[in-house]
Amino acid sequence: MSVVTNTTTIGAIEAPSRRNTELAMLAFAVIIPVFAYANVGLAKDGSLPAGMLGYGVGLSLLAGVAHLMVRKFAPYADPLMLPLATLLNGLGLVLIWRLDLEPSITTAAVGGAMAPKQMMWSAVGVALFLCVLLFLKDHRVLQRYTYISMVVALVLLILPMFFPGVNGAKIWITIPGLGSLQPGEFAKIIIAIFFAGYLMVKRDALALASRRFMGMYLPRGRDLGPILAIWALSLMILVFETDLGTSLLFFGLFVIMLYVATERTSWVVFGLTLSAAGAVGVASFASHVQSRVDNWLNPLALKDGGVTETAQAVYAFGSGGLFGSGLGQGYSRLIGGIAPKSDYILATVGEELGLTGLMAIILLYGLLIERGVRTALAARDPFGKLLAIGLSGAFALQVFVVAGGVTGVIPLTGMTMPFLAQGGSSVIANWALIAILLRISDTARRPAPAPAPSPDVEMTQVVRP
Amino acid sequence: MNKPLRRVAIFCGLLVLALLVRVNWVQYVKADELSKDPNNRRVLIDRYAHKRGDIIVQGKAITGSKESKSGDFKFQRTYKDGPMWAPVTGFTSQRMGSNQIESIEDGILTGTDDRLFFDRTLSMFTGDKKQGGHVVTTLNADAQRAAFKGLGSRKGAVAAIDPKTGAILALASTPSYDPSLVAGNTDKDVENWQKYEKDPDKPTVNRALRETYPPGSTFKVVTAAAALEHGLYDDIDGKTSTPLPWKLPLSTKNLENEGNLPCEDATLRVALKVSCNTVFGKVGADLGNDKMLETAEKFGFNKQQFVPVRSNASVFSKDMDKAQTALSSIGQFNTAATPLQMAMVASAIANDGSLMKPYMIDRLTDPNLDLLEKTSPEEMSRPLSADNAQKLQEMMETVVKEGTGTRAQIAGATVGGKTGTAQHGVDNSEKPYAWFISYAKTDQGSPVAVAVVVEDDDANREDISGGGFAAPIAKDVMKAVLDSK
Repeated sequence: MSVVTNTTTIGAIEAPSRRNTELAMLAFAVIIPVFAYANVGLAKDGSLPAGMLGYGVGLSLLAGVAHLMVRKFAPYADPLMLPLATLLNGLGLVLIWRLDLEPSITTAAVGGAMAPKQMMWSAVGVALFLCVLLFLKDHRVLQRYTYISMVVALVLLILPMFFPGVNGAKIWITIPGLGSLQPGEFAKIIIAIFFAGYLMVKRDALALASRRFMGMYLPRGRDLGPILAIWALSLMILVFETDLGTSLLFFGLFVIMLYVATERTSWVVFGLTLSAAGAVGVASFASHVQSRVDNWLNPLALKDGGVTETAQAVYAFGSGGLFGSGLGQGYSRLIGGIAPKSDYILATVGEELGLTGLMAIILLYGLLIERGVRTALAARDPFGKLLAIGLSGAFALQVFVVAGGVTGVIPLTGMTMPFLAQGGSSVIANWALIAILLRISDTARRPAPAPAPSPDVEMTQVVRP
Repeated sequence: MNKPLRRVAIFCGLLVLALLVRVNWVQYVKADELSKDPNNRRVLIDRYAHKRGDIIVQGKAITGSKESKSGDFKFQRTYKDGPMWAPVTGFTSQRMGSNQIESIEDGILTGTDDRLFFDRTLSMFTGDKKQGGHVVTTLNADAQRAAFKGLGSRKGAVAAIDPKTGAILALASTPSYDPSLVAGNTDKDVENWQKYEKDPDKPTVNRALRETYPPGSTFKVVTAAAALEHGLYDDIDGKTSTPLPWKLPLSTKNLENEGNLPCEDATLRVALKVSCNTVFGKVGADLGNDKMLETAEKFGFNKQQFVPVRSNASVFSKDMDKAQTALSSIGQFNTAATPLQMAMVASAIANDGSLMKPYMIDRLTDPNLDLLEKTSPEEMSRPLSADNAQKLQEMMETVVKEGTGTRAQIAGATVGGKTGTAQHGVDNSEKPYAWFISYAKTDQGSPVAVAVVVEDDDANREDISGGGFAAPIAKDVMKAVLDSK
């Protein structure tokens, strides 16, 4: 340990475990949301909120237990991911609690106060995080479940079709007594496992056994088949469940993983062509897609004589300016309904924390994605590489699709901001996602086992990579 | 596999960069535009989120703020003596917008004006709530009260000006409305507003600034000024060459006087005292349209005044033939004037021929009453020479001493005035408007000139009604100003 000072996650030999770094940063990740919590209370009532102690203790407890488990079961894991996820989750809780204080949007019709539930779901998420670390000793085990994963993912995706849609999107399933779940969030992880397993096996066939056509290498039909099937599937989800975000996410995920596996740019061109064709095709007959595009092009246009949600969100961003109004002092309630707590939670960030705060949040996401991609680079096995890039790619796409939709880079699609937005399935699934990434990075950064002591040591030269 | 991985990393970086660029665009570049979008409810919420600055008369606020019971808006405007001050303040309503001073000085009152930038920045650091600045008016509370009380339940308006500066001292209009009743955001406020709007008596119209009335005989003062200025007559006690009856030029009709008046070749002084139509009609015809127009416009006719609330332009027409000019010169035909305009006429004469630009905002202050901007008196024009102004003063003082305006006499002050009864309607079918314009003078010059119009008066049709109904109001207003000196 004293010989090599290696600060990157790449670097195989005797990498420092960085657990103490993680602990120090976790302290920040807990303190910042607790301060934010106090801030909201002071802005709203002029006094420290009553739940502050409970909230602080709860968050510290979650972070502390997670840290201890990482220390024990994944000691070489990336030190940044857990603090980043904790900070985002903690800030999300504060924002939801802050929006809960607006009586006009915390009505019984939209489910009342959400923060306690979100806190509970966060606890469940961290529990799942711990389970993954505890039971998944080696991520390569997941390879065995390649085809089972495909089936599970398909089932999860198809399930919401049998449940009534909410706000025009059929992406929920309702379990009596438990509430609603968004299977798409879990399917995202499971399908990444399937892709990683499938591509690891097929990557040579896809990369090499292709015909040259107009300067591009096109794959053989039997290799192309599953890809077309996935493309068709993502479009079907789009059409039947009116879920733009998930279909975009899955397709993008697949193109990224395919590109990484085969190292062929033609796949990207091919994928983009397909998705463009699909998007244009669907947009030309699906009215809800058209209205989303309309909203995107004219965000401030009045509809039915009133200001639209989209416009309200844009106004929220605009009024935030550089430094924001301060937590608790904005008017994101004008967006109305549950939207400010889920789809438009970034609007609250933009309004109350300003450009500065919003950029900070985006950079937090950027950092988390970067740690994921770094894990992929550091992983030594192709399956781990593919899975890590798949998960971080999915995470990146989701962040971009949601944040881009809310801020108006692209048309709005119904997805949740990971960790930040209200939503049980999202929090749980993303904690699991982080756990798998941590597991991969732990394996990647774990020092190579010391060579077994050999009596012939003087005769043999050990060559280490 | 690391090469495509690095490219994917770059791609992810680009996605994040795209988000960063976009939020900078929305929150920095477009922020100003968005925060001023009229559909952005935050604009309104912010407007009412803190106490609005006050409109102040003689050190006392005539407006206030109270917390709204419900809704997004925290504070709503209240008005003290709302109906009395409504022509001065205008209103600001959470539902119906705002007008007059409330609207014109909105930036100062809400605290968004650039001149309050320093205060805003300071309160950002000290954590104080944002506050609006104040508007200090030139009005005189006693004069305003006298005017409003004097008008009472009758329809009419009063405008009083300090001739030396142009500062408006009273601005009353009746029937009036209470801006407090429309300031909120409830349906009740909307109902009240609609009730006011539908009222045939038009209580929301600011009659002192926005209603033009035929000025009747009060306009003879302007005609007299024109006669002196253009050298038609020099001596106010010299005979004029006015036959009686006098036939209107290019017409077969005689111009009649109101009653059997000694108007044949009457001096200007006598003609004004008894209000001879023939004398002043002939003066107008003799001078011609151009010269009459020149003098009238120097007094402010045909031009809107901004005090800073806009007044309607008073009218003296161009291109009239001799008969029309004659009729216009006695305040009939097309001539129309706002009460403010006629107060300006009186003030120019009282101020020895110098017409000061009327204004009613003395200064704008920050929330701590520190000065931001002060209005300095400004001469608008010189409609007549000091000599001629003094001659006119003598004539107007005669009117009050022994003519039609005796009811405006004030012990201890010299008062000059002119009555008017403006007939209107087809064949004079409607009840006339009673006018009185006047000024009061002490040893230190004249502190007040006033114009009063009472619509729809129950008076008899004689010229005396201007003196009978409007003059006492003018007297009370002038007395209030004199007493407060």
